[in-house]
Amino acid sequence: MPNPSDCRFAKTHEWAWSSDSDGLVWVGLSDHAQKEIGDVVFVEMPKIGSKVAAGQAIGVVESVKAAFDLYAPVGGEVAAVNAEIASDPALPNRSPYEKGWLFKLRPSDPAQIGKLFDRVAYEAFLKTDAAHAGH
Amino acid sequence: MESATALRETPLVGRHRDLGAKMVDFHGWRLPIYYGGILAEHEAVRDACGLFDVSHMAQIEVSGPDAIEFWQRLIPTDAAKLRPGKALYTHLLNERGGIVDDLIISGLAPDRTLAVVNAATTEKDWAWLEAHRGTLRVRLRRLSPERGIIAIQGPKARQVLAMERGLEGVSRMKRFEAWEGRAFGTELFISSTGYTGEEGFELMAPAAELPRIWDALLDRGGGLGVKPCGLGARDTLRLEAGYLLYGQDADDDHTSLEAGYEWLVDWKKSGFIGKEALMRQKKEGLSRKLYGLRLTEAGIPRAGAAVAVAGAVAGSLTSAGFSPTLKAGIGLGYLGLPGLKPGDAAGIDIRGRSAAASVAKLPFYSHA
Repeated sequence: MPNPSDCRFAKTHEWAWSSDSDGLVWVGLSDHAQKEIGDVVFVEMPKIGSKVAAGQAIGVVESVKAAFDLYAPVGGEVAAVNAEIASDPALPNRSPYEKGWLFKLRPSDPAQIGKLFDRVAYEAFLKTDAAHAGH
Repeated sequence: MESATALRETPLVGRHRDLGAKMVDFHGWRLPIYYGGILAEHEAVRDACGLFDVSHMAQIEVSGPDAIEFWQRLIPTDAAKLRPGKALYTHLLNERGGIVDDLIISGLAPDRTLAVVNAATTEKDWAWLEAHRGTLRVRLRRLSPERGIIAIQGPKARQVLAMERGLEGVSRMKRFEAWEGRAFGTELFISSTGYTGEEGFELMAPAAELPRIWDALLDRGGGLGVKPCGLGARDTLRLEAGYLLYGQDADDDHTSLEAGYEWLVDWKKSGFIGKEALMRQKKEGLSRKLYGLRLTEAGIPRAGAAVAVAGAVAGSLTSAGFSPTLKAGIGLGYLGLPGLKPGDAAGIDIRGRSAAASVAKLPFYSHA
């Protein structure tokens, strides 16, 4: 299971976690992001099998008040989406790093994840103004 | 988002801060959007009870021997209904029948009434009232911001209010009644009105007394599930109840008839501002009308989205979002097809895709 200490983070507040068991990069919303977004009521997921580039908008998270774009933290192919979110969209609020994962990517370049923030760098980033321009 | 401009604060701002509310700028007022989460607050109001700070709304007292006659000229509703102890929802109309504001007016005495108007339109309304006094013997007086407003809404609201000595009778008021007296150790005014689609009350009291009343209601109602609620839940609750949000679903260019509020027009009444325009519109037929729309597939519609009927754009949504009670996307919008019926199919644009929807009967929700 992903743990924030083992995750990498995008400037757009997605976490990415490289799973040794399935070789996929799991993606979810950071705890900071889910708090900023508020109660999630719907997630428009990327299509399984679609090819995505790092930084590409590939889905939408909807809260009661607004819609937030979801970006691919690394490039690759969408291998799975979390089907439980359709019936329980608040999962990313309740469990942002475990049950609330959103989708999994088969990375085209496994080294790409290393370009994202690690947890310490992400937390430093959250203290800057730039962190609040997106979500 | 911190803003450089100074926002106005209500007498309860300290309470909101202590409760950890997320604050937003709402028409120049610093107000809570939520404390815990919008969904939990919405449910609290539907199932138990919610407490709202609505002190941003303006209170204007209209008094004098001609107070009722003054209202008779300004609203399409029969102002004779403003007997002491009665409250009514109505519109201020311009000459074109357009809605200057929507408001609740309460009768306090034969020559004294109280209007509660929207925050964003306060100055416009004040100017409108002043401009139409003519030679009538009326006095206009602003009671806010020296007085604030707390709304207590939900099926347990009566029970919570009844816990205050002296308010047992008041807690049994029917909808749209009003009372003035002493409770919570202060002068206050209570109307059995609200903006949530549930039973409830709005309490108006001197600003300095408001935090004490807020604390008392929260403390006593805690066991009954009373929660402080922000503007987020207020908006989802009112949308489900089909209530207009002025500036979005109602404005100077749309009439009461187009908004679906013919029920508040007394056609027998002579000489209210906008009557001729409304009569003409009634005779000629409407060219557009406010409808409720409900998505029949997953997705969240948003205000501004185009609405298509039979493949052609017929209008757009003025308010929209997720309905926590119906677990579906809902919205209000003016469509240029006055003859649509509940169940008729429509498409709502969501990020370039047409999401399946149908015309819904309003309100979307009404309490049992």
